[in-house]
Amino acid sequence: MSVIAVGPAVALAGAGYRRWATYRQAALAGVFVNTVFGVIKLSILLGIADSAGGTVAGYDAASLSTYAWVSQGLIAVVMIFAWTELADRVRTGDIAVDLARPVDLQLSWLAQDIGRAAWALLSRAVVPIVFGAIFFGFYWPTDPTAIILLPVSILLAVCVSFAGRFMVNLTAFWLTEIRGLVLLYVLVAGLLGGHLVPVQLFPDWLQAAAYATPFPAMVQFPINLMTGQATGLRALGEVAVQVAWAVGLLLLGRLVLSRATRKLVVQGG
Amino acid sequence: MIVEVTDLRREFVVRRRAGRLRRTRDVVAAVDGVTFGIAPGECVGYIGANGAGKSTTIKMLTGILVPTSGTVRVCGLEPVRDRTTLARRIGVVFGQRSQLWWDLPLRDSFRLLGAIHRLPTSAWEPRLAECVQLLEMEPFLDTPVRQLSLGQRMRGEVTAALLHSPELLVLDEPTIGLDLLSKERLRAFLVRERAERGTTVLLTTHDLPDIERLCDRILVVDHGRVAFDGDLPGLVARVGAERVLVVDLAEPGPPLIDVPGTTLRAVEADGLRQHLAFRKEDTTAAAVVAAVSARVELRDLAVHEPAIEDVVRRLYLE
Repeated sequence: MSVIAVGPAVALAGAGYRRWATYRQAALAGVFVNTVFGVIKLSILLGIADSAGGTVAGYDAASLSTYAWVSQGLIAVVMIFAWTELADRVRTGDIAVDLARPVDLQLSWLAQDIGRAAWALLSRAVVPIVFGAIFFGFYWPTDPTAIILLPVSILLAVCVSFAGRFMVNLTAFWLTEIRGLVLLYVLVAGLLGGHLVPVQLFPDWLQAAAYATPFPAMVQFPINLMTGQATGLRALGEVAVQVAWAVGLLLLGRLVLSRATRKLVVQGG
Repeated sequence: MIVEVTDLRREFVVRRRAGRLRRTRDVVAAVDGVTFGIAPGECVGYIGANGAGKSTTIKMLTGILVPTSGTVRVCGLEPVRDRTTLARRIGVVFGQRSQLWWDLPLRDSFRLLGAIHRLPTSAWEPRLAECVQLLEMEPFLDTPVRQLSLGQRMRGEVTAALLHSPELLVLDEPTIGLDLLSKERLRAFLVRERAERGTTVLLTTHDLPDIERLCDRILVVDHGRVAFDGDLPGLVARVGAERVLVVDLAEPGPPLIDVPGTTLRAVEADGLRQHLAFRKEDTTAAAVVAAVSARVELRDLAVHEPAIEDVVRRLYLE
């Protein structure tokens, strides 16, 4: 398989950005919902911290606020919720068009997803975080390593998330209808990734289970850099884990894709 | 040969419900031992009824479907193995699907395809300008694809397939659903494309005029096999494709059995409506109309062209 060149990748990322930037009202509605749920999430977390005597698992009120608002802001960026675009193309047979292009299928979709994430960062992440910082207490990171690694970590979170979603979508080649599987994936990813509550608040056994999956690399790790949970070497270590998951899952995805295309049946006339 | 297909076969497993829980598993050969070759510069019409195996063949030619057995070579490449390399050298339009970016202005799709094919701007921009002018796309170049009419979108699809100047253009039902004017514009464009660049074209269609205007050669497939390989006059001569003139008379008249060059096919409503079949080689519609109106008073008339399905059906009935 030919690896995608810089020119096409940049063009595709641009297309991903512009495609999503077309629908501004949808972004606005998303921002509103994410912000409202941010208030709810933070209220619950502050209640827990309060009953635990002010801090819980290393979070105080300010860092819990940062956790809540950054995790809400990242929802659209790393696309924690259902994404079935590729599976839909498999189900309808439109995947034929993608396969008839002289680009690597996986990497061309990754490029478009990074473009999409860039738009989401500007349109969906900024408002909840600024809102939270203004109206609630907020912990701003001070560790230089964490601050430098933050953009890298967010990009890697997008890559890991994409690699996972891509593989779930690929199962459509065998299953055709994958809505049930996607729903299960979203629930598990949201929970184990640390989107609902921080992974640090889990009981030990659940933490161990979570860290054995790629999901914290999609959500918890970039948030840790903002909340001060990961600084210095720990920050570097978590980013290294993200790199490993991104590379590993993308390679696994390629393997599954080559299996899929070998047995490929394009649906429809 | 730019396309070489030898003994190509593709089977599908069809599962059917048989009772409450039981399912039967049938193996159906959509393409069942097809052999043909296409020389550079040829325009071949690949025709057959729905389900005859046309799209399945095209999927195997473009490398997106693995043959069950047999061999395919396109532009000297093996489509499944060399899919991405092949994609640079051929252009494909799947009439029922879109290769344009649905949410973006039409112009953006061309820019993206230029980048995907790694063409320098100097290579694709003049080509685009040419297509825009010939297909009159200027008024809607900045319209999002989702807002284009089918005719406008199809012009965009064909341009997208030709942007990288492919050696072989594969069109799967390019005129499906288009109005007469749009069909004609597209045909004229393809005729010119072939004349100017010598592009090899393989197209599937249900439209006889597509074949009359565009194709030097016809391959008829039926039940996954090649039923005819030759030119249109040859096909028509073999099956005797007929045009039918339907005349409505002012008052019930006797059966029109003696009109030169025609055969009376049907008489309705005591002779108020009569169907006269004739062949292109024997007479013209004008001569038949003149002969009929010399005998009776005409109120209305219509000419039915032979449908490609009829031609194919007759071929198979032989």
